[in-house]
Parts: sequence; C-alpha cells; structure tokens
Amino acid sequence: MSNAATIILVEDEAQIRRFLRTTLAAEGYHIFEAETGKQGLLETATRKPDLIILDLGLPDMDGVEVVKGVRAWSAVPVIILSARSQESDKVAALDAGADDYLVKPFGAGELLARIRVALRHVSSAAGGEEEGVFAVDELKVDMTHRRVTVSGAEVHLTPIEYRLLTVLVKHAGKVLTHQLLLKEVWGPNYVERAHYLRIYMGTLRHKLEKDPARPRFLLTEVGVGYRLTVTCASIQDDF
Amino acid sequence: MNDQRPDPDALLEKVQRAEAQRRRGRLKIFFGASAGVGKTFGMLLAAHERRAEGLDVVAGYVETHKRAETEQLLEGLEILPPRLVDYRNTTLREFDLDAALKRHPALILVDELAHTNAPGSRHPKRWQDVEELLDAGIDVYTAINVQHIESLNDVISQITGIPVWETVPDAVLEGANEIELIDLPPDELLQRLQEGKVYLPQQAERAAQNFFRKGNLIALRELALRRTADRVDAQMRDYREDNAIKDVWQVKERLLVCIGPGGSAENLVRAAYRLAQSLKAEWIVVYVETAKLQKLSKEQRDAVLRTLKLAEELGAETVTLGGYQLADEVIAYARTRNASRIVLGKPTYSGWKRWLHGSLVDTIVRQANEIDIHVVGKESDFLAQAKENPYFSRSRLYLGLATEEQRPLFKWRAEYLWAIVATAISTAVAWAMFDHVDLANLIMVYLLGVVVVAARYGRGPSVLSSILSVVLFDVLFVPPRFSFAVSDTQYLITFAVMLLVALVISSMTASTRHQARIAGHRERRIASLYALSRELAATRGEENILRIAVKHVAEVFEAQAVVLLPDETGRISHPNGEGTAQSCHGSDLSVAQWVYDHGQMAGQGTDTLPGGEMVYLPLLAPSGMRGVLVLLPLNPARLALPEQQRLLETFTSQIALALERVKLAGEAHNAQLKIETEQLRNALLSAISHDLRTPLAAIVGASSSLARDGDRLDIAARRELSQAIYDEATRMSGLANNLLDMARLQAGAVVLNRQWQPLEEVVGGALAGLSARMDKHPVSARLPSDLPLVEIDSLLIERVFANLLENAVKYTPPGTAIEISAATEESELVVTVSDRGHGIPPGEEERIFEKFHRVASEGNQGGAGLGLTICRAIVEAHGGRIWADNLPSGGAAFHFALPLSEPPMIEQEES
Repeated sequence: MSNAATIILVEDEAQIRRFLRTTLAAEGYHIFEAETGKQGLLETATRKPDLIILDLGLPDMDGVEVVKGVRAWSAVPVIILSARSQESDKVAALDAGADDYLVKPFGAGELLARIRVALRHVSSAAGGEEEGVFAVDELKVDMTHRRVTVSGAEVHLTPIEYRLLTVLVKHAGKVLTHQLLLKEVWGPNYVERAHYLRIYMGTLRHKLEKDPARPRFLLTEVGVGYRLTVTCASIQDDF
Repeated sequence: MNDQRPDPDALLEKVQRAEAQRRRGRLKIFFGASAGVGKTFGMLLAAHERRAEGLDVVAGYVETHKRAETEQLLEGLEILPPRLVDYRNTTLREFDLDAALKRHPALILVDELAHTNAPGSRHPKRWQDVEELLDAGIDVYTAINVQHIESLNDVISQITGIPVWETVPDAVLEGANEIELIDLPPDELLQRLQEGKVYLPQQAERAAQNFFRKGNLIALRELALRRTADRVDAQMRDYREDNAIKDVWQVKERLLVCIGPGGSAENLVRAAYRLAQSLKAEWIVVYVETAKLQKLSKEQRDAVLRTLKLAEELGAETVTLGGYQLADEVIAYARTRNASRIVLGKPTYSGWKRWLHGSLVDTIVRQANEIDIHVVGKESDFLAQAKENPYFSRSRLYLGLATEEQRPLFKWRAEYLWAIVATAISTAVAWAMFDHVDLANLIMVYLLGVVVVAARYGRGPSVLSSILSVVLFDVLFVPPRFSFAVSDTQYLITFAVMLLVALVISSMTASTRHQARIAGHRERRIASLYALSRELAATRGEENILRIAVKHVAEVFEAQAVVLLPDETGRISHPNGEGTAQSCHGSDLSVAQWVYDHGQMAGQGTDTLPGGEMVYLPLLAPSGMRGVLVLLPLNPARLALPEQQRLLETFTSQIALALERVKLAGEAHNAQLKIETEQLRNALLSAISHDLRTPLAAIVGASSSLARDGDRLDIAARRELSQAIYDEATRMSGLANNLLDMARLQAGAVVLNRQWQPLEEVVGGALAGLSARMDKHPVSARLPSDLPLVEIDSLLIERVFANLLENAVKYTPPGTAIEISAATEESELVVTVSDRGHGIPPGEEERIFEKFHRVASEGNQGGAGLGLTICRAIVEAHGGRIWADNLPSGGAAFHFALPLSEPPMIEQEES
C-alpha cells in the first residue's frame, strides 16, 4: 500500500525521530524532520505537508506557539506528542487548533491509527461528505434525516444531545476539547460550565451505549475532552 | 583534693568572660578621692595619647568647670555636641547617647559617671549610658570620685556628714577593664582650692566648705587608695588563678541577709554587700512579711521595697517570705538555700523590752547552730534624718506603692464602733445571765465578744474591746457594783488576767487573720501561675500561646499586654493578628528591639526609659530570646511590688518556655521529616534498582538478540521477543508514572483541578486506559444511575481507579471477576473496587497503604509498592479517606469515600 502523504516530524529527541522515521517510512509516508519549532514552521511552509507530528517539549519555542503559527495560515492536521507532565499544554495545544494527541510512550499502532484518522478527515472534509451517514458498528447517524439508530432501533435524542452528537460526528475520530464542544453546542458563554457537557455526555451514552461505564463509541479523553470512535477496534492499545 | 590543675568550669567561665569582654568596649575609669584632683585632666591627657596613636577619639561629654588648663586640653579633640534638654525653664546640657552610638568612635570620653540624667532621657543615670556604649563595642574613658560608689556611700556620708545622692553601683567599677587612680595629697588639693583652681558650685558652697576639710580629704584619699588596692589585690588573685598557682576550686559561701522595716536596713544591705564581696560569696536578701509587718504604714513598706531594690542593684538575690514566726522562716529558708552565714541587724529593742519580746538575733543564734551569724551595727542618726530629704519623698512618689493597709478613715471608725457594739452586746448578755451564773462565766461571755471582734475587725478594735470589757465587767458586775472600786483585791488579778487573755486572744486571732490573708494572696498567685502553665501546656501553635499569654497577663497584672515576636532576621515586628481585647498596640518597637537585643527590662519602673507608660520584658528561654512582652499596667504601683515582679518574671519565663517548646517541636518535626525523607530515598533507591532493572534486563536481552540474530530467527521467535520488549517497557512506563505521580503529590506541587464530574465517566476513562491489560479479568461496573456529580480532579481520581484495578489484576488469578460499585452514604460517595482473589493478609489492611510496602507473598509482580500510597494521597487531597478489607465471600475490597456537596444548578432542557 502506498501512501503518498507527506509528514513533517518536529521532534528534538533523536531516538524518537529514529523510531518514527523507521515506522512511518515502512508505511510509505514521506518524512521530513525538524529539530526545532522554527525549523518545523519553515519546513511546513516549504514542503506543503499533509500532516504534522509535533512534540510539545521543543528547545526553542513552546509547542502551543508552533500550533498557533501553523494555524495562522494552514489547516493541515497536527498531531501532538506530549509527556505526562504536560497535561495543560496538551489541552492548550488542542484548543489552539491541534487535531489529536498522543502521550509518550505510545505504540506504533496507535500512532498509525491516529495518522489515518487525521488524513481521512481531511479528505472527507474536502470531499464534502459531512451531510452523509456516519456509521460505526451498530451505531448509525443519518445527518440528512436527523435519525439516530442503534442496531436499527431509533433512539430519541433531545435537541442538545443531537447537536452534541453531530459535532462529534463532524469531527469523528478526532479528540474534541471540553471548551470546543461547549462553544459549538451551547455557545461561547458556556465555556466555563464543563459539567453541562459531562451530564449530557452521560445521558447520550445511556441512550447509545450498551455499558455506559465502558463506552465503545463516545470515548472519554480524561482531562482533555471526548472523541467519537471511527472504528471500534482500530484505536486500541496495540502495537 | 590536691590537684593543681584549675577547675574546668572556672576556666570555661573565664574564657566566656574574656569572650564577652572582647565584644564589649573597654572601660577605663579615672578614679579620684574628691573633686579637683585632676581626673578630667588626666583623662584628656590619656585621650590625646590614644589619638596620637591613631585611634578615633571623640569627647562625648567633658566637664571642664571652666578650668583653663583643662579647656586647653580639649582643643584638637572632636567634641560631640551636647543634647539640650529644657527642664523647668533652664536648658540642661546632656550627653547625647544616640549621637554617640551613631558616630561610633573607637574611644569616647564621658565625664562624671555618677551624673543623673535629665528627666525623659533614655536612662536615669549616666553609667547606664556608658554601659550601652560598651555594649555597642565602644571603648569609654570616664571619671568618678570615691564618694559616688554605692557601697561606700554610707561610710562617706558618715565621715563627711554630707549625704551623697548620686551613686554608681559597684558592679560598674568592678566591670571596668582599667582603673587609674588620680592621686593628689590633701595639702596640694587644699592649695589648689585656695588658688581657685577647683570649681565649687555656688549652691553647695557651704557643704563644699565642710567637705574640703583636711580630715575629710585624708579619709577620702584613704578610701580611694584602699579601694584601688582591693582591686589590684583582686587582679592579683585572678592572675594567680589564671596561672594555677593555687587551686581554683573553693567552697562557695552564701550569705543570707535578713532585713526588717527599720531605717537601718539599707545600712545592713551595704554592710552585707561588702562582706559578700570580701568572701566572694553569693548573697540573698530576705524580707519576711509577718502579720505584724503587714500592718506597716505605706512609707515603711516603701522603705522596704527600696532596700530590696538597692540590694538587687548591688547584685543580691531578693526574696520576700510570708510567715508567722520571723526567726523560723529565716532559718528554714537559710537551710533550704544552704546559706553558710546569716547577716542580721543589731536588735532595736534593749533591756527589758528585748527580754519581753525576745529578739530575732537571740532566737536565730539559739536555733541556727550550724550557721554563722553576723550582727551588723546601727547606722548613725544623721543618715536616718537625711532620709527625710526631698529626694526620698520623690522616690517614694516614684515607687508610688499603694498597699491594702491603706484603709479609708471612716472604715477605721466603723470598725471601732463595731467593737464597742460587740462589747455592749456582751454586756447585755452578761446582764441577763448575772442573776443565774457565777461571775467567772460572765468573763467567758466577754472573752467571746473579744474573740469575735478580733476575728472580724483585727487587732485595734479587739484591744479596745478587751479594755472596754474589763472596765465594764468591773463597773457593772464586780461588787461594789456601778463603781470602779473593788471590794476584794482578788478581782485585780481577775482583771489583769482577763485583760491579758483578751489581748493574747485578740493578737493571735488577728495574726491568724493576716496569715490567712497572706496565704490567700500567695494561693492566688500560685493559682494564676498554675492556670497559665496548664493552659500553655495544653496548647499548640504560636498563635494560641500568644493569645493565652496575653489573656493571663492582662488578668493577673491588670494590664493591657501584647507579645512582640522577632522575624527571621531578629527584628521585632508588630503582630499581624487581631489580638484580644486586652492587647495594647502602639508599643514602641524601637524600645522592644532594645529589650530584645539586650535581654533587659525597659520602660516604667526600670533603669531604661523609666518615664514611659509601658513595661517591656524580655522573654528569655534557655536557648535564647523568644520575644518581648509589653505591658501597659493600669496600676503601675502594683507591678512594683516585689512579689508581683517575681510573679511577672515567672510568667515571662513560662511564656518564653512555651514559645521555645513550639519552636523546638517544629524543629523536631523537621528532623523527623528529614529522617523520613532519608528512609524514603533509600526505599526509592531499592525500588528503582529492583523494579527498573528487572524489565530493563529483559528489554536489553530481547532487543540485543533481535539486533544480532534477527535474520536467523523465525517470525514467531521475533514476534515473541518484540512482545517481551513491549510488555517490559510498558511495565517500566507504569512504574515511571507512579514515581512521577508520587513525587508530584509529595512535593505538594499538585493543585487539584476540581470539576463536577459523573463518576461513570471517570471509571470509563480508567477502564479504557487499562483495557489491554484487563482482558483476562471480567470487570463489571455497578453504578446507580442516580449517582450525584462529585467535584473531583478527574485525572487524579482516574489514577486511583487505575491503581486499584491494576492491583486487582496483579493479585488475582486470571479469570476472576473484578467489580466496581458506588453508593451514596450520608454526605459521602463511597466507591468500592473488589476482587475475588485471596484477599489481604490479616493485619496488613493498613500497612498496604504505606510507601514502598509490598505484601510479602508478592512474587515478581513488579511495582514499587507505590500504587496504594498514591491512591491515599489523592483521596486525602480530596478530603476523603481510603481503606481496605476482605469480603466475607473471599477477595479483597478497597473502598474510598469522597465528600459530597451541593452540585451546581443546571438549566433543564425540555425534550
């Protein structure tokens, strides 16, 4: 399988770059490496990449600033690599426009799955398919007819629940921060009321999931936000 | 003991003294027999020599008395401008202590050491200014005449007939590093006087004329020479001790001086001081306050206080004892303190009076067999008269002592009136009984009346009642009735005995009453002290100690109080807290700082700034100064009472001790923490060395064989090795996470990011994170759908679930179920994670939460024993608790409870 996609890897640690280079090259991606944030921005401007993998802990500048710099002129997907002690930076980077994140250490399988989701999202957004039908396993969301079914049985959702679900569907596979969801569903005045989101997410799960405590579709990214899975088995902790 | 080596304690003391000396400035005193011998002149000459040697010399205060030759010598010296003080329409020139301290020369000249400063100065006496200069490390040259020395004061007054009021404590002289005697034969001095070279103040001319008689001058010169010789002798002895010429060790003598209210007490104290000096002995001055002495006039009590103060200034320890029998108290106290000698004044009674009353001296001589008794003679009459001098009335006013004996006059009258009434009642009763009983029984009725009066109104009224009773008994009942005459002379004996018995009873009853009152006072003092120490002992924390201290001091001493504490740099600052109603703010911080630095009292009634309204007491604990107690007494006179002062001292030391205790407790706590940190580090090191090395060994091994023999291995083997590397690395990653969490929680760096969360979501997050490792254990989450939101940091609580679940996986055989359940209980949300394993070994339920603790049976399960510790830290940070037990049906259950509160409102959506 030949992926012609171009990926820019911004990472200062040589060992991580080595691992990523090998893994990604084996998958057929074109890799360009950058060691610093500035170099990363430069590469992004010149190489016109399809995806950026960005480490948050760069020697020369804050990873969040790099995300903002890229977003100033490009919608290219950005996947963030972060360490465990960088929780708040991670959320800030996502709020700044990054698309997804991975916490070090991560497996190759996980990374490749995220890359696939990010790239597919770009193509689907470009293809204008968002008015179509979203389906994962037994969950089906028909955006045109505003119909949600689980194993064929229609589920009745309140307007807010539906709006929440459509935002998740629109960005399926991508992690959405609390802030973004609150803004999209309730409006900018509700950004501080994360408990609204949690309660509605709870009711939505009770309506859509078999075991709400172990959700299969509406996944929680603790401390960050939520993600609607695209393929149930693909984003697994597997290498 | 024939050892020729010096006693180490004595040597240590000497070294310490030498060290204190090094820090202090050096004091040189130019010492003369009288005015005009040339002390100032000599001092200036010496100053010029020092200046020629290149020393920084300043003339702080020099009195030239307009003598030309002296004034000439002042030229070329830097002169410190005097401080001008307006006092009663005149301007006084005073030595400017603050300017001198600020200028801080190497050597300063301060003339007339015995000078009394103008009112409002920091210290009442110039020698105290000098002490402060010395403390500041400035060398001082000063001058003094022999008649100004405290202990020689009375002797000189006797010789010259002129009382001297300005005195300097002997300790100042003894503390001087050098004394230079300026000697001039009397004839030459008289000649200088005639030539007008010696200044004579106009107002004192007559006295001075008296003073400068040849006989006086010879006596003064002898005293000055002898005093100097004594000092040289002492230096010689010191030298010999230094050089171990003779044994340093010697028996410490202790003198006990017993003073009474008489005018000769001061004389006695001075004599005792000289004796103590010559014996190199400690001395204690005791005043026994018997019932009789309680009734002294205010003036007499003042005199006693003054004497005690004098004794303290001369270096004695003073004690006020309460008791009934003077002699018994003194001897008992002498024995408890191991006094080797008792010093007493000559008995004031003589002849038959002495035989009748018994003399203290006689009793003590008789009873104190093992103790030497010194009896000191009375002072001359003119000194006693001189005590009526205005200076003393001033000082009396200054001490301003009000005693309880000061009763208003009308009360006196009322008491005597009651005595008469009581006697009248006795008479009425006797009258009624007269026809039925014997005369002897009537006497009993009268005696009863006397006892009642004595018990209620004290001695005076009871004496009146006694006399009245005898008279009335004679007139009304003894035949012939209604006349003073008596038919039978036997009745005269009856009267005499009756009067005597009545007087003895009244005296004894009154004494008992006083005794009871003294005991009452003492008990109150002890009770107040007890209350303070009990409360202080029961309290923790500096704030509380200060609050208790201020409260008690305010109550017991009728004063507003505040405790000022130093900051880290030793600067006294105002307390931040509100304080109590009794706190006094506005206390002078600079004075408090002075007290803190010098460890001495200041303010009202002390030697430093006596003009102020407040009293500043140092809080001195064994290991150093702890702060300053500031008092604003409502009744300053009360504080001047020796027993009150002693009580106050005890209070301050109690408070200081309590403050010290807090500090030491803090230090001990820190030390404990340090030990624990050390233990933690050791455990950490062993954990890291074991738990990181084991997976590393596997990774290194597997990866090296992959790297070297990868080509020769088949697919299955390669996959096997890769899987091993992945598993071990994941395990290390988990351990690293736990260590990181622990370090952050331990350092207190974790700020809870609390948000309202449904528990379900947190459980879901934790299960999702662990899904790969939990595939061999069916997990069920039984969460009621009506669980309220909890305000938690979801990331941290997820760590709790993750650790509990990981433990459950680790310690139970594959295939056994794990269950998560939750329920609300009162104001808590209790979450339980239970398994179906072997359970927790008995007795380990609490210990498993300890850092690096691992259940003994644990084999190669990995993990550093941190998981549960982290859980506990997180749950406790949330205000909750965590515990573990075994299920009756087998398996372990871990519970944690999180406090519930009112969740935020949410706008309901119509659906």
